[in-house]
Amino acid sequence: MAEEKFDVIVVGAGPAGTAAALTAAKAGLDVVVVERGDYPGAKNVMGGVLYADMMSSLIPEFWKNAPLERRIIEQRYFLVHGESAVSIGYRNPQYANDPPNNFTVLRAKFDKWFAEQAEAAGAFIITETVARELIRENGKVIGIRTDREEGDLYADVVIIADGVNSLLAKQAGFHPEWKPDQVALAVKEIIALPKEVIEDRFNIESGQGVTYEFFGQVTNGMVGNAFVYTNNESLSVGLGVMLADLVKSGLHPYDLLDEFKSHPMVAALLKGGETKEYMAHLIPEGGVDAMPPLYGNGFMICGDAAQMVNALTREGSNMAMESGRIAGEVAKLAKDRNDFSVNTLSEYQRRLEKSFVLQDLHQFRNTTKYLEHNQHFLSLYPELADMALHEFFLVDGASKREKIRRIMDRVKQKRSLWRIGRDFYGLYKNMK
Amino acid sequence: MAAATIPRMTIEDRLYLIRFKADKESHLVIKDPQVCLDCETKPCTTFCPAHVYEWEDNRITVSYEGCVECGACRIGCPPGNISWRYPRGGFGVSYKYG
Repeated sequence: MAEEKFDVIVVGAGPAGTAAALTAAKAGLDVVVVERGDYPGAKNVMGGVLYADMMSSLIPEFWKNAPLERRIIEQRYFLVHGESAVSIGYRNPQYANDPPNNFTVLRAKFDKWFAEQAEAAGAFIITETVARELIRENGKVIGIRTDREEGDLYADVVIIADGVNSLLAKQAGFHPEWKPDQVALAVKEIIALPKEVIEDRFNIESGQGVTYEFFGQVTNGMVGNAFVYTNNESLSVGLGVMLADLVKSGLHPYDLLDEFKSHPMVAALLKGGETKEYMAHLIPEGGVDAMPPLYGNGFMICGDAAQMVNALTREGSNMAMESGRIAGEVAKLAKDRNDFSVNTLSEYQRRLEKSFVLQDLHQFRNTTKYLEHNQHFLSLYPELADMALHEFFLVDGASKREKIRRIMDRVKQKRSLWRIGRDFYGLYKNMK
Repeated sequence: MAAATIPRMTIEDRLYLIRFKADKESHLVIKDPQVCLDCETKPCTTFCPAHVYEWEDNRITVSYEGCVECGACRIGCPPGNISWRYPRGGFGVSYKYG
């Protein structure tokens, strides 16, 4: 690789990097993407849900060609205690119409297709290449050093989208190493089942899908959750917990996944399925408090590398795409002004603050921490909900008034009403 | 009706499903073996999702060939004793589904 100069270098071909590359290339900039996998997507993992709104602003009517699995028409949450669960969900088949709301994907397929769209717009993608460090001169990022021979690349601006490990920004001293309570570790399996079986079991038509999220005992009291998402001919089944909790627990994450898969409610959904692939990935959950500076002279940081995940609503891929698109637009603005200093790149931060990305991350900045410090939300409250509803639905000749008295007595034995009120007021305050 | 039973899988069964291209050199290096000797809980032997780390004959063995490159060990090792980098371009894990 000879020494070359581009308008934009993008590091990483995930949702953030590809969105940035596509946007900048469409605007006529000279863009190179450096990806360490055999192909874009080969190293990329998430639970499996992507969002149409952000995709549409990059590729109008993308759903006509993109390799989507199923359009989500039902989202359901289960609070698990023992063999029982309290669940709440929302189902609306209209979500399957054009444009869809959200949909499942297999990242190895989707990211490859997405990167091909950036390529078609003119971006140059180099695979099997690791960006090892940023090249800086006079306080400005001017390129990257890759692990290829003579593999230095130069550009006016480097868009850093190298994912949750965020090694480039860390190496440059833009942020310290993440702490174990700022990341979650998730493990996942792709479990194959015939299309018809999936549609029967989940009560859906061809092309429709569901997301099930499980909280409570499935994570052994650790902060986290488990999930089952429907793909076309497989299920994405996984579980994620805060790394700090997992380190302390002495448990293997794959054993937790096995436990979850064996839960009677889950086993019935997976029965007869064959595991095709197993994977693990970190999820950045430090939020705005862990966020590195998002820009500086000659660089912008997008997506997971900048801790852009809303753990509470399991949104991340949408924030990655939105931040990538905005970074691509700001790169174009910088090119027009011929100014790649903080004067113009600070526009990236300003636009993110106006978007849902930083607004949501600011709103929920303390919620995960609140749940970590009040773990009865994931242990005691599922137990109380189980007890209360079990009592309420059990027909045993007792009057309803008597049943409510029994429920309240048992609740009060576990935690005073005043404490319960304080817990939920605290949760409300931390989500406002 | 009997509940469905899901066969348990060992971690070896799971890693067998993943496509890897192992480099000759490890991208994971224990900085100071003495630190592992002094580490009481050795949590890397449990929380690593690919069971890369094992305590054998008074030392940590590192099966980097089966590493899924998540980065958990680098952050989770209490004394920060693991030097971690991505495998060279073209090496390491390559997912079919992701």
